[in-house]
Amino acid sequence: MRTAVAVTLPADWRDFFALTKPRVMSLVIFTGLCGLLAAPGTINPVIGFTAVLCIALGAGGAAALNQWWEADLDAGMKRTASRPLPAGRLARGDALSFGIILSVLSVMVMGLGVHWLAAGLLALSIFYYAVIYTIWLKPRTPQNIVIGGGAGAFPPMIGWVAVTGEITLMPVLLFAIIFFWTPPHFWALALFVKSDYAKVGIPMLPVVAGERATRHQILLYALVLLPVSIAPWLAGGAGAFYGGAALVLSLAFLALSLRVGLRVQAEGDAMRPEKRLFGFSIVYLFALFAALVADRLASAQGLVQGTVA
Amino acid sequence: MTPDEEAERARRLRSRNKVLGGVLLFFVALFYAITIVRMGD
Repeated sequence: MRTAVAVTLPADWRDFFALTKPRVMSLVIFTGLCGLLAAPGTINPVIGFTAVLCIALGAGGAAALNQWWEADLDAGMKRTASRPLPAGRLARGDALSFGIILSVLSVMVMGLGVHWLAAGLLALSIFYYAVIYTIWLKPRTPQNIVIGGGAGAFPPMIGWVAVTGEITLMPVLLFAIIFFWTPPHFWALALFVKSDYAKVGIPMLPVVAGERATRHQILLYALVLLPVSIAPWLAGGAGAFYGGAALVLSLAFLALSLRVGLRVQAEGDAMRPEKRLFGFSIVYLFALFAALVADRLASAQGLVQGTVA
Repeated sequence: MTPDEEAERARRLRSRNKVLGGVLLFFVALFYAITIVRMGD
């Protein structure tokens, strides 16, 4: 295993930026913003902007801490070997400081400017991702993706709580949707992308439990996702527009998962069903949250029969 | 350190300082806006 090379030049600021995993952050910003917009009540645009900014900064801090901890693992895998730390463009201690500063700053600004409950959830999500997931459970269990999904599930909940100031059933349901969505999303990718996690000792499900078990688990989570995704409508937290969209999207998700879940990989397989499921999973999440926001905005404008806030 | 390395070092420090300055200015503006908004609460 390669270890990080000594750094003499001061690091380029772009490498600090890369440490925040900007591509993951775009999904975090989107779901956080949707949680904020879908929540009943109003929030001043400046405060709302601050809340989404803090969610993004917190996610960036957690990502930096994750790469600080995994620098040696990343050096051993082709996909991650060119990240700033394993490539030697950034000193490890700098990444740690940067991660801590971003994390503390995001929580403090969220607390002072927005709401302390939202700040508490943000702190919990950072701790969950950086410590419980990255340091503790990722190297120890093949269910690591399920646990990691919990970290990605926080943003819409934090956005919602930033508006309402309380944890009710709806933010918990939004959390549950992303929680059950993540495993089939990631494992579909893991089936067709040959990764070298095994080389660095991370127990990913397809490697540890085999392809068949992974396919069955994808199907299982897709089955659970169906009722969870329509639950906001059934519970009265969202209207029929959302309910209809969730039903259609989740049935399509389930249909694609059925094909992936019940087949066996053949020699020279192009893995089309897996690629389609992965591609659709991203569309699914964007469309589902967009439908939730559209539902809320339409009922707020009195365009459709509204739900009681 | 060779002159080339020295120039690269200076370039990186300059660009880092610019970005950091921009970030600080942004936060000054943000905190001002938050303060004004929250004064009405």
